[in-house]
Parts: sequence; structure tokens; C-alpha cells
Amino acid sequence: MKPTFSKGGRLGFLHSTFDAFETFLFVPNTVTKKGSHIRDVNDLKRTMIVVIIALIPALLFGMYNVGYQHFAAVADPVSQAMWLKCWWYGFVRMLPMIIVSYVVGLGIEFAVAQKRGEEVNEGFLVTGLLVPMIMPIDIPLWILALAVAFAVVFGKEVFGGTGMNVFNPALLARAFVFFAYTPKISGEHVWVRGVTKGGEYVDGFSGATPLGYITDSVSSGAATLDFGGTTPMDWFWGFIPGSIGEVSTFCILIGAVILIWTGVASWRTMVSVFAGGLVMGLIFNLVGGNAYMEMPAYYHWLLGGFAFGAVFMATDPVTSSQTNVGKVITGLIIGMLAVLIRVVNPGYPEGMMLSILFVNALSPLVDYYVVQANVRRRNKRLKTAKQ
Amino acid sequence: MSKVIKLKRGLDIRLVGEAQRTRVEMPLYSTYAVVPDSFPGITPKLLVAEGGKVKAGTPLFFDKARPQILFTSPVSGTVSAIRRGEKRRILSVVIDADPTMEYEKFEVASPADSTRETITDVLLKSGLWPMIIQRPYGIIANPSDTPKSIFISGFDSAPLAPDMNFVLENEYDNLAKGIEVLKKLTDGKVHIGLRNGQQGVLNRLNSAEQHLFEGPHPAGNVGVQIHHVDPINKGEVVWTVDIQNVAVIGRLFNTGRVDMRKTIAVTGSEIVDPKYVTVMVGAPVVQIATAVGIKRQAAGDSFRMIIGNVLTGCKADADSYIDMYHNQMTVIPEGDKYELLGWIAPRFNKFSVSHSYFSWLMPRKVYDLDTNLHGGKRALVVTGLYDRYLPMDIYPLYLLKACMAGDIDKMENLGIYEVLPEDFALCEFVDPSKTEMQAVIADGINLMIKELS
Repeated sequence: MKPTFSKGGRLGFLHSTFDAFETFLFVPNTVTKKGSHIRDVNDLKRTMIVVIIALIPALLFGMYNVGYQHFAAVADPVSQAMWLKCWWYGFVRMLPMIIVSYVVGLGIEFAVAQKRGEEVNEGFLVTGLLVPMIMPIDIPLWILALAVAFAVVFGKEVFGGTGMNVFNPALLARAFVFFAYTPKISGEHVWVRGVTKGGEYVDGFSGATPLGYITDSVSSGAATLDFGGTTPMDWFWGFIPGSIGEVSTFCILIGAVILIWTGVASWRTMVSVFAGGLVMGLIFNLVGGNAYMEMPAYYHWLLGGFAFGAVFMATDPVTSSQTNVGKVITGLIIGMLAVLIRVVNPGYPEGMMLSILFVNALSPLVDYYVVQANVRRRNKRLKTAKQ
Repeated sequence: MSKVIKLKRGLDIRLVGEAQRTRVEMPLYSTYAVVPDSFPGITPKLLVAEGGKVKAGTPLFFDKARPQILFTSPVSGTVSAIRRGEKRRILSVVIDADPTMEYEKFEVASPADSTRETITDVLLKSGLWPMIIQRPYGIIANPSDTPKSIFISGFDSAPLAPDMNFVLENEYDNLAKGIEVLKKLTDGKVHIGLRNGQQGVLNRLNSAEQHLFEGPHPAGNVGVQIHHVDPINKGEVVWTVDIQNVAVIGRLFNTGRVDMRKTIAVTGSEIVDPKYVTVMVGAPVVQIATAVGIKRQAAGDSFRMIIGNVLTGCKADADSYIDMYHNQMTVIPEGDKYELLGWIAPRFNKFSVSHSYFSWLMPRKVYDLDTNLHGGKRALVVTGLYDRYLPMDIYPLYLLKACMAGDIDKMENLGIYEVLPEDFALCEFVDPSKTEMQAVIADGINLMIKELS
């Protein structure tokens, strides 16, 4: 079958597509030609699959929470107590989103690889799962498709494909929705499935996220913060409305352990993002001023997309800083900026996305100075040698 | 005693097929050959024709750019063939060996009484000058340079590498003489890097400045040792000589003969009984491997012969011969087989530095690795990984990218003068993007030579 798809074969134009499926099934029989005769068995497929495995706890809990929040909204405590029913409810709602994301994204990836005559990159396997996980459950599928297409084409392919992009594609998809279809990704009604549908709507139920409540209470000048009846414990375990994957800090931490242990993501980035958030929170504690500023700093870790961003977004090796020192610096900036945006600008209840995207753009600059320090060390050595 | 230089970064890959400490003297083979391509960066011009008679030490060809650098025959006999490739490029000069060796006689005086010029002259005429390699770039040294120092690595840390203390156990006199010769060539010191904790003949070489190293491969790479003892700056020249070649040089000054006999380790999982053999440079690789014994191959299986180690060696074929610079041969299985769903399987028998596999559970396991690439070529995606396998104050990823971009200034600033392709072999081994990093660095170095000469 292979000759049909090879160059010059009858279906030769589908070469990249055939290759993608072939290498998916079999590790090919390619042997080393130049350089080292033996190679580590690790490859990018493996690396990407590890990220997906790390995402699974957050994904499964996210699905469960979709159902849990829905049954809370429609005041059905019996169903709410049946975890499998909750999960199934979420799974059925989430599956089309994942399918749409993969079909659109991989479609573009395959087409581009085909056109360039390259092998299909694995990068989108992760992006394609990340995108639905950082969307609200009620996002219309056509918007999702549009966002994915935008992210893949303008976030990645125009820069030359995987490994060349400046901005995290998944976050770019979210930013696209955020700015183009703002009502679909903010406010009170999009985070819980079914709230917007008339009939089963429950009086007095609001689907707002804890961050939404907080900003509301800040703008109304309340002396104490309103968390919408949720506790930090709920935030940690994830029983709150929010983007599908971001809710459970606990599940995200499981993913973080997998990523750090396998060495796929940088612990330096993760730790410094969390540290940056804490530092900024503590600074606000010192300054004081309003209830939000005086909120315990570690709450920021548990709220919104902070943990998810720190673990899965900030650590993207392509768009994050490439030097170890740079990783620490940019990580700190991400954490501090995210909290700064949250607290100071009530227009954006969630600062993580913008903070990471901004630092993506900043990373090459930080790296430049880190590498320049190495160059200076080398030149200094030359000068001392000459004396 | 000098302090121990401890290196943390790097990796020891434990492979099946380490050489037993037995040494077999190989008989004189019927044919030997000298391969111009085995010498870095030369264009050969022939001095002999087919049918010509040569002795050990008779010049066969010279370098077009630097005609004073001669390349001589390792054996005596008749030039039986000059094999040529495309555009009449010389592939090898083949010599049918005489049953008894005859040597060219070289006038040698005690190095202490000789001038730098006479020593250089003898080394050039005898064809041993190409044993002296220049940094930067890793090419044959320029006889008119005076290096700031000369470095010798006294141990090889690569997978299945020979134990140099065993290889050279009877060569003390030649080694000591060789170091005396080298000391005449530099204004600075002759440094020798030794593995901390190992004792043997090399520790007795007191006339060289000894440095002790500790840590995984590539601690034995001479470039790494230079970096930690006396790093090369822009405009500086350092020379390096392989430890076994120091003994060959010493032998010339002790006997007046070119005797390129050396001991190599025949290693690898496909060798029945890996051991050390003593051969003359130019000996045919296939005959050595079959004499030591290659394992019987099942149908559909094949093996790869490598001159050198699995990380940096050259692939050998039927027309390959032991060269001046390698002390090892490795034979491993070819990995030209498909593997079902390999990227998700646990792969217990494969080695990886990644914790997404299970090698970390079995640190003492020895592996039988093949030549499969284990994945497809991709863009450079991961970061922070390569830094862990280059024990130098250099950012490997940035240097690689500078080489890919051909940016001379950046390459210079980021440390191209201090590295050779071999220093990137481990980065290449662990790279999940399967980039050919040694080739990238080699291209970068070639560009530097072209632009700056």
C-alpha cells in the first residue's frame, strides 16, 4: 500500500496524510544516517502524549463538574449526587467540542503539512484538547471552530508551524473568542450548561464564577468579598462554575506532577508562576485598600485559570522562555501580572490569559539578555587572557 | 595533586558488549588502506602511483592547501589500487602488504636536544603530524602556529570505550617520550586529563600537567576538559593529541620508525566475544570484526559496523579501514524494523533519559540498542533538555540555531571555538526532535573556516 502514497505514486499527493497514520500505528523503520548511531526512544509523539495524559484528570473532572453544576442549576439534587450521571452529562456535552476542535485543527494541520510536503506535527494533539478545556461549556460550536481555525492559521502556521510560533495557540483561540465574541465567554450565564435555557431556569441561581462574584462585590464597593457561597475548599477540589478544565486545582496538580516527573514541562516555570502570583498577592495584602486586595494571597492560586495556566499554558516549551534563568523570570512576571490584572482591573475578572500571552511576547527579550550574559562572560575571559 | 574537576551534566549509556581485558595480536593482513576522508579537512594530492613500492613511513599523498603535511603508509608493500569516487575523488589508497615489514629510517635526536623546527620537521616527514589536531575547528594543526597549550585526554568516557590504562599498559616509555616531544611544540603546558580514581600507567606521566575529572560522559572529551582547565578564546589556538597517538609519536622518537600499531577495543552487542586487539592503522575493519566474531544473524536481521563509538563513530562498510584517530570498533544491530504503537508502549528494553519510559527504574541495566531513529524529524521544540548533556558554559540550543542560521558573529559569541560535533553527540542522542546536531555543528565549523580564512 505504501508505494501508492509515496512520491510519484497514484495517491502521492496524500503522502503526508499516509505518513501521519503510518507513524501513528508503527514507529517507522528509519535508521540513523548521520551523527549518533543510537538514539533515545523518546520522540515528540511521546512527549505530546504525556501532556495529554496529564490533562486527563482535569478533563474528567471538568466533565463531571459540567453535570454537577447543571443539576445544581436546575435544582435536581438527586441527579447531582449521582456522580456517573453528572459525568455522563458533561461527557455528552463536551465530546462534540473536542471533536470539532480536533477535526478543524487537524484538518488544517494535515492540509498545510501536505502542501509543504512535511510530516504532520504532533503539536496539535495537545492544543486540540487544551482549547475546549479553556472554553465555557455553553460556547457555540461554530465559534469554537472559528477560534481553533484562527489559532492554528494565525497562531501557528503563518509563523512556520509547530516550534516556530510566538504565542500559545490554545490561548490565542481563547483570546480570539474573548475579544470577538465577548458575551459568549464572560458574564454569568455561559459557565453552566442549561442556565440560559428558559424553562428549567432556577430562580436566584447565578452561574457566575467565584472570580465574577469577587469583581462584582469589588465594583459595588462591598466591605467583604462575596464568593457566591463557595469556599476555598470548593475551589481547590473544583466544585465551581468556570471553564471546563480549569476548575479543579487538585486535578491540575496531578497533571503537574506527571509533567514535572516526566520532565516534559519545566518545574521552574510552574513554581515561579505560582510564586509570582503569591508575591503579588502579598504585596496587595500589604498595600491594602479594598477587600479584594486584602484577600489571602494564596486564594489566587485556587481561583479561575491560574493553576491551569501555570501548569499547562505557561510551560509550553515553544512559546515560553528557552533558558532556565529566563523561565524563572518570565514565570514570576506571568504570576504577578495575572494577579495584578485581576485585582486592579475589574473589567477582566481573569488575568491569566492576557498575562501569559503578554509574557509570550516578552520571552525572547528576556532570553536575549540571559544569553547576552553568557556572551559577556566569554568576552570577559578573552580580555583577562589578553592582559 | 591537582583538584578534582567534578562534572554533573552528561550521561553514561550502558550498552551490552564491553570488551574483556584480553588482548589479541592480530596477524598482518594482506591489504591495508589509507582513507583521505578520515583526515579532517584535507584535499589529497597523490605522491605514489599504482604498482609503486612503499615502506612504512613512505609518503602516499599530501594536503593540497598545506603541501608540507604528508600522509604516509602504515605498512610496507605495493600500492595495489587507488580507489576513486565521483569526480575522481580519492576514496582510498590500497597497499598489498609485504610479509615482513620494512621501515623508512628517520633521523631522530633526543627531544631535549632538538629545536622546535627539527621536531616539527620529523613529524611532518614521518606522516605523524596529522595526529596533532587544532582547536578551534578540530582540523589538522598548522605547523607554523604555536599553541597556547596542548591537551591530551587520558580516558574515553563514551559507551563501551576502551580503558586507556589497559590499552597502553606497556607503553610507558613511548608515552613519556611523546609528551617530551609535545612539550617542545608549545610555549605553554602539556595537559593530560585523567579519570579520578583510576590508577595505571597514565598516572605515572608526571611531565604533563595532570587534571582529574569525575562525572559521566562526555567528561572524557578533550574539548570538555579544555573548557574546564584553560578555555579557548577567540584568536587562541590549542592543540590536542589522542593518547594512543602520543605513544606512536614517542615510538618514532625512540626507534626512528613509523610504527602505527595500536590496540583497539572491538565492542558491541553483535560481537561474540568483545576484546582488545592489536592492529596496524589501515587494517580492514571487516576482517577484524570477523576475526573477533560477529554473532550469527537471524533471517531479516542485519548489523552495523562502526569505527569508533556509537555516538560519534563513522559507519563502516566493506571498504573501511582503521584510521589514525579511533581506538574502538562497535558492532550493533540495525534497527530497520517497524514497531507497533511504539510511542505509547512502555518499551522496557529500550533506553531513554525521559521519565515517560522506565529506564530510570533500572539504572544498572545494560541495553542492547539498535540504530532505529525512534521517531520522525521535527522542529526543535523542547527546551532545557540539551543543557543537561553539555557540561560547558554554553547554551547548546542557541549555538545550534546560530549554526543553522549561519550567523558567524553569533556562533563566535556563543562558543563555536570551544566545541566539536562530538560534544553535541549526547544532545543529539536525547533529542526528541531527532535533529542531526553533530552535522549542524560540523556545518557551522566549516562555515567559520570558509569565512575566516
